[in-house]
Amino acid sequence: MKVLVAVKRVIDYNVKVRVKADNSDVDLANVKMAMNPFCEIAVEEAVRLKEKGVATEIVVVSIGPKVAQEQIRTSLALGADRGILVETEEKLESLSVAKILKGIVDKEQPQLVILGKQSIDNDNNQTGQMLGALTGLPQGTFASEVTVEGDKVNVTREIDSGLRTVGLTLPAIVTSDLRLNEPRYASLPNIMKAKRKPLEVVTPSDLGVEVKSTQTLVKVTPPAERSAGIKVASVDELVEKLKNEAKVL
Amino acid sequence: MSILVIAEHDNSAINGATLNTISAAKAIGGDIDLLVAGEACGAAAEAAAKIEGVTKVLVADDAAYKYQLAESMGDLVAELGKGYSHILAPATTTGKDFLPRAAALLDVNMVSEIVKVESADTFLRPIYAGNAIATVQSNDAIKVITVRATGFDAVASEGGSASVESVSAIADKGVSTFVGEELAKSDRPELTAASIVISGGRGMQNGDNFEMLYKVADKLGAAVGASRAAVDAGFVPNDMQVGQTGKIVAPDLYVAVGISGAIQHLAGMKDSKVIVAINKDEEAPIFQVADYGLVADLFEAIPELESKL
Repeated sequence: MKVLVAVKRVIDYNVKVRVKADNSDVDLANVKMAMNPFCEIAVEEAVRLKEKGVATEIVVVSIGPKVAQEQIRTSLALGADRGILVETEEKLESLSVAKILKGIVDKEQPQLVILGKQSIDNDNNQTGQMLGALTGLPQGTFASEVTVEGDKVNVTREIDSGLRTVGLTLPAIVTSDLRLNEPRYASLPNIMKAKRKPLEVVTPSDLGVEVKSTQTLVKVTPPAERSAGIKVASVDELVEKLKNEAKVL
Repeated sequence: MSILVIAEHDNSAINGATLNTISAAKAIGGDIDLLVAGEACGAAAEAAAKIEGVTKVLVADDAAYKYQLAESMGDLVAELGKGYSHILAPATTTGKDFLPRAAALLDVNMVSEIVKVESADTFLRPIYAGNAIATVQSNDAIKVITVRATGFDAVASEGGSASVESVSAIADKGVSTFVGEELAKSDRPELTAASIVISGGRGMQNGDNFEMLYKVADKLGAAVGASRAAVDAGFVPNDMQVGQTGKIVAPDLYVAVGISGAIQHLAGMKDSKVIVAINKDEEAPIFQVADYGLVADLFEAIPELESKL
């Protein structure tokens, strides 16, 4: 079966985020960019499904500027077969992203779509679910285990009270949580091979999607800073402070 | 303005995060209707009608909603939500699962995990793991929002007298089913509702050592949490994770034991009123946010702490 994986180019997770002085947004100038960590997990899961003989082809799609090809090439080096870049310079909101992905789903007809549960820039956690609604497909979000059996997929989800398993009829949508797998590193030969794998570039309008924005980013501010308090010398002093100074015991 | 709030419940009782979500709805202003969708959920609906500030309780009692699966919940909320100016749900794993589906069906964007209401269309929400706070204005006809419980005080669960009205279910498409659940069983308070939380990190070394934290927790009536490192290492189950992608907590007292203080973890607990850090590495970043820091070997400090409480 064909698996479609969506990946996003975001700020590298090791970079310390700074808010711009004019409070218009965070400062992304000259900042290291990388594949969203949850998307890496999504790619890895697709590759493992292919290694198990469940998946036959892995198509990776990214939506963003021309440089997002880097993240598609990374996915190809990890084991995906071909890539699609939906090129746009605009900053898209989740609904537009979901509409573009629906266009790709309609065209590619995958049996399984795997996405990261959220991107570490906007922390929205919406796109997979919205894609589910637009395509009418069932979803298994925040997945920690994915098992394909015949025309069904069982997805174990990390929920607030523990784990829950849902059974979905394929085609279906899965969003990855942190413990779904541990992504591999791309080997040098695979990085070289990835350069020759096909990468198609389309635009949102090629897919018949009219991108529109319905949210205004009014401002971005740094969070309230918490300052370091005091060091206590002993457990006795800690208990005394908590009782008499902080009054929380 | 009229606001539809989606209650989180287990068919018999209302989950606490619902009360914080209603508080956010009150800050927006307008009539508040509360949807209880479940199966044999009469008791939950009855409890819902007593919540302060609720005008009307809508009850969708149908087998399709027994487990509040995203597909059937999304269809129902999109259908019922058409007549409202705002649709709100708690930012729990249930709310986050179905609400974006409802938004897409209504052809609107969504605002995730708000922590403050600035006005009826403008909200504050953390981005970049809480390293920045965005003020977002929604220009959609229907504002669809999840609410981070720690940003809002809970409304009273008693004292209201809402009317209760049945609404009909929408035919389930039958593409998803509930297979099974492994739920955490604990007599301790729930992490997000506890007034004291004690969490362990990689420094705990293994799952058995968490027993020390359970003993302290039981003396304090506290909940026990963990850092991502401790969960990834298999010490404790995922439902104990506090952090950006785990649970967001803001108790009166948070005690971090053997936790270095990765940004990811801080995002889940830095709004706690008082933070205590116990770590043998005095350079650990957790001390930069702790009100009281104790540089000590946790294997000595925690048993001593237990004996002195």
